[in-house]
Formats: sequence, structure tokens, C-alpha cells
Amino acid sequence: MNTTLIVGAVAFWLAAWAVNEWLVRVKATGLVARAIDLVIPILFGASLLVLWEGLTRGFNVPQVLLPPPSVIWARILASTGTLWADFHQTFIKSVIPGYVLGCTAGLLVAIAIDRSPFLKRGLLPIGNFVSALPLVGIAPIMVMWFGFDWQSKAAVVVVMTFFPMLVNAVAGLNASTRMEQDLMRTYAASYWHTLMKLRLPAAWPFIFNALKINSTLALIGAIVAEFFGTPVVGMGFRISSAIGRLNVDMVWASIAVAALAGSTFYGLIALTERAVTFWHPSIRGGKTR
Amino acid sequence: MTATTPIAAPGSAIGRVSGPSLWARLSQGSTVPILLVLAVIFVIWYAFTIYLNARWQFQVFDRAGAEFTAWEFIVGTMSQDRPVLPAPHQVAVELWNTIVGQNITSRRSLVYHAWITLSATLLGFLMGTLLGMGLAVLIVHNRATDRSLMPWIIASQTVPILAIAPMVVVVLASIGMTGLVPKALISTYLSFFPVVVGMVKGLRSPEFLQLDLLRTYSASRWQAFWKLRFPSSLPYLFTSMKVGVAASLVGAIVGELPTGAAGGLGARLLAGSYYGQTVQIWSALFMAAALSATLILLVGLVQRIVLARMGGQP
Repeated sequence: MNTTLIVGAVAFWLAAWAVNEWLVRVKATGLVARAIDLVIPILFGASLLVLWEGLTRGFNVPQVLLPPPSVIWARILASTGTLWADFHQTFIKSVIPGYVLGCTAGLLVAIAIDRSPFLKRGLLPIGNFVSALPLVGIAPIMVMWFGFDWQSKAAVVVVMTFFPMLVNAVAGLNASTRMEQDLMRTYAASYWHTLMKLRLPAAWPFIFNALKINSTLALIGAIVAEFFGTPVVGMGFRISSAIGRLNVDMVWASIAVAALAGSTFYGLIALTERAVTFWHPSIRGGKTR
Repeated sequence: MTATTPIAAPGSAIGRVSGPSLWARLSQGSTVPILLVLAVIFVIWYAFTIYLNARWQFQVFDRAGAEFTAWEFIVGTMSQDRPVLPAPHQVAVELWNTIVGQNITSRRSLVYHAWITLSATLLGFLMGTLLGMGLAVLIVHNRATDRSLMPWIIASQTVPILAIAPMVVVVLASIGMTGLVPKALISTYLSFFPVVVGMVKGLRSPEFLQLDLLRTYSASRWQAFWKLRFPSSLPYLFTSMKVGVAASLVGAIVGELPTGAAGGLGARLLAGSYYGQTVQIWSALFMAAALSATLILLVGLVQRIVLARMGGQP
């Protein structure tokens, strides 16, 4: 037990909190306001890390239970090669192809069934139902069908990303109003014209919503599928095998990589969304409550 | 999170009704289309059963050296012990045998395993909902909390949280915590997020006019919370609880993967995948699906009752 460390960490956390309390009261505009918006969460995150470090070291928490952040960071630096190989296997070989295939298929099926109100009424409730199911459960089946390598993981990702995209894209294709569609008709626009110029653009916010949901789902699907059998590389494999040896700092290092990959993926999609749906009130208006 | 919309807006089919025939009237609703799509799914499933299991069946007949008819072949593909893809009726038989045919305290009973998963799910869901509501109240009433916590709460969901699941279970087991709590913690982590987001939205949904009215009554923050903010947040809360309870079940199932033999639907999936018992995997999957659907329906039911009691329109 090291009281100074504990007191120091808690004091830092309280100080950071006080600074944040002061920062939210600062009346600022323009660049300063945006900087403050950034600084507040970063300061809070940093204070959490300091608290974590201080408490785990101060109370002498065994490393098996919870290693301090500095140890995890040292582990990341010491095993960049392994972590990169895992990232390559899981993210680039399984997540990306599965994500692209699943989302494309969902979008295409949505466009296809959108022409038939009958199919829409039949498929949509089922799609809604399925997207609420614990679909990660199909992982063992896919591993049996497609083998241990990345193909089975990509298949799980395809299934998991398909339904959210289907449901959202169908909702999005219905987002354009009657008036707008009538306007297109007065222009003598064909079905494809209406689809390309009106209905798909109107559907983008919904499609991006699905893309964002799927970015997380895809990574989860690939990692969980690796728990069911995998070649000796991959983030899921690393986590489950390091756990078996109680090599907890390696687990945390893998999780940190997964977290970084997941947030970067999400961030990229969110940025693309801002560029594509620049006209949408939630982006144009700037401030949402 | 997932946007749900009505399947067809009321009146969207007006003008397409050619005559008041029974077929037309039935297909206006969504029952017939759903049944038809389900039937098509079953047909495709059976076709795939034959296709995927064909290779093994050829080997069986080859080894026996017997002549076989097409019908024998088809029946053969649907009655294997460890098929690549079990036929729907095989799964149904397995479900019946493990649900009705076993004593529910037996380890062979699917009800027993479902109960283990369900109890972790419910405990985790309860904790997640309470945590989410607590955080939402803090976020709405304290701007520093809002601005420092909210970005991290959102970021926490871009992280593949489930990756932590095995570690939570194993690490907690190493300090002597086993059974329900570790799994419930994972469920908590997965279910608190939708609740926070929905509840924050709900607590902020009263208009300024309404808040101002309360101020003219010189209502305290406490009163404003209980008389205005909380009631108006309930519809949002229930909607996000539906997402939360589904996420909670996923968390409990994944939390069972590393515990091995301890029981539960996740353990059932893992055991099935180790021993190639595909029928067992599929029946566990269907059980999980049924559980998920029931939980969502139950939350929806509570939502309707509560909102009706509060005088809201359904």
C-alpha cells in the first residue's frame, strides 16, 4: 500500500474535475469553444488513466487482476510485431471483406425488395426480428462450414452486418416524401433516375446509421468467432490464449488495439458521413442537443 | 440504435386495391407476406440441407455398397447424426426432446441451460438499466459530467466490448467470483449504453415552455425531475430498454464461452462446436432467439401497461 500514490491520483482526478467544472462555465465562441469541447473529454480520460495507474500501484493490485496502464503500454511496445499480425488477420482479412460484403448485400437486397410492397411487408418484420437476435451464436456453425481461417470469420461478419443494413436501408428508401417523388414524376424521371437522384441520397443518413452500427458489430463478430477456433494468429485467438496463461497484460494490449481499430473505423465512417450528408440538419445545424 | 419503422405506412397501399377479394385483403396486412417469406426460407433451408449433407450421404451409401433411390438419398441427408446443416424438423425434434423430454433440473435439459443464461441476463440488465439511468440523471443535471463523460460513453461502444468478456470471467474467477456475477457484469456493460443515450434524450425532451411553467410554480429541481422530466423520459427509456435487453442476452451468452462446462446457452454452443453436434448448436441458437424475442416482447408489454397507466396515447 502506497498512500502517496493513491492520494496523488485521487487529487489529480479531483483537480481535473474542478478544471472541467470551470471549463464548461467559460463562455467562448469559435475556435476556443471547439478547443474546449476537445479538452474536456481528453482531460477526463487522462485523469481516469492517472487514477487507474495510481490506484493499481498504490493498492498493489496483483497484475493478474488489473495491470496499470504503463505496464500495458510497455507490453504494446514490446510486442508490436505480434499485435500487427493479429490486427492483419482479424481486421484486414476478416472484418473488412465481411463488412463490405454484408453491407453491400444488405443494401442491394433492400433496393430489390423496395420495389415490392408485398416482399417488404414480409421480409421487414423478419429482418427486424433477426437483427435483434444474438447472431454471434452462429459463429460455431460458420467455423464448421468455412474452416478455421479468415473465411469463417468473414462469413459471421457478413451475417451480422446484413440485417441492420437491410432494415435501415429500407427505412431510408422510404424517407423521401410523397411530394418529392411526385416532383420527380413530373420531370418524367425513370425509376432509376428517382432512385439515384432522390431516394438513395435521402436514404444516406439511414445507411450511414447502419454502417456505424455495423462497424462495431463486425469487429465483435470476428473476435468472438475466433474464440471458436482459429489459426494461431488473430486478436480473438490472442485474447483467449493469453487468458489461458493468465498473461493479462497481453490481453489488455490486444484489447487496446481492438479499441483503437474500432474507434478509428467508426471515426472514418462518421467523417465520410459528414462529407456525404453535408445537407442533413444534424450536420449543417452544427449543434445537436 | 436500429431504426425501426412501420412496415408499411398506413394508407401506403391505398389506390392499389383492385377488388375486395379475400386474397387482396389478407395480403394487405403483413401476416400473409411474413408466412410466405417464412415458407420460402424453409424451402431454401431444406434444399440446402440436401445439398450440404449430400457428400457425407454418398460416402455412407458407397460404404454400404447398396443401391439407393433418390427418395432414400433425400431422407438420408435429413436424418444424419452430425449433419453439416440439420433439417428444420431435426432441430424441432431436438428442441422438443431437450425442453419437454427432460427434467428441467437435468443438465441435458435446454430449459436448465436457458435458465442459467436468463438469470445472468436479467441481473445484468437490471444493473445496466439502473447504472444507465443514474448516469443519465447525472449527465442531464451536471454540465461537466455531460461534456466529459458523454464522449467516452459513446467511444466505449465503438470498442469491441465483448473482447473483454473472457477476461472478466477468468479474472473474476481467479479471485473467487464465479457463477452469475461475472456474466452479469458483461451484460451490464453492454446494456447500460442504450439506456444512457435513450434516457438522456428522454430527460431532455420536455420543452422549455414546460420547464418554464414549472419554474413559475417555483418548483424545485427535484420536483421538476419527478413531475416533468422523469415521466416524459419513460417512452425513450422503454425503447432503449428493448435494445438493452437484447444486448444483455448477447453479453451473457458470450460470457459463458470461456467458462466451459458451467452450463448455459453459450456453454452449450461451445460444447456443440467441440463435439460437432450441429443439431445441439442449432437448438441452442433457436432457444436463444426465442429468449431474446420473449424478453423484448415483455419489455414492450410493460411499456404499454405503464404508458397506458400514465395516460399516454399508445
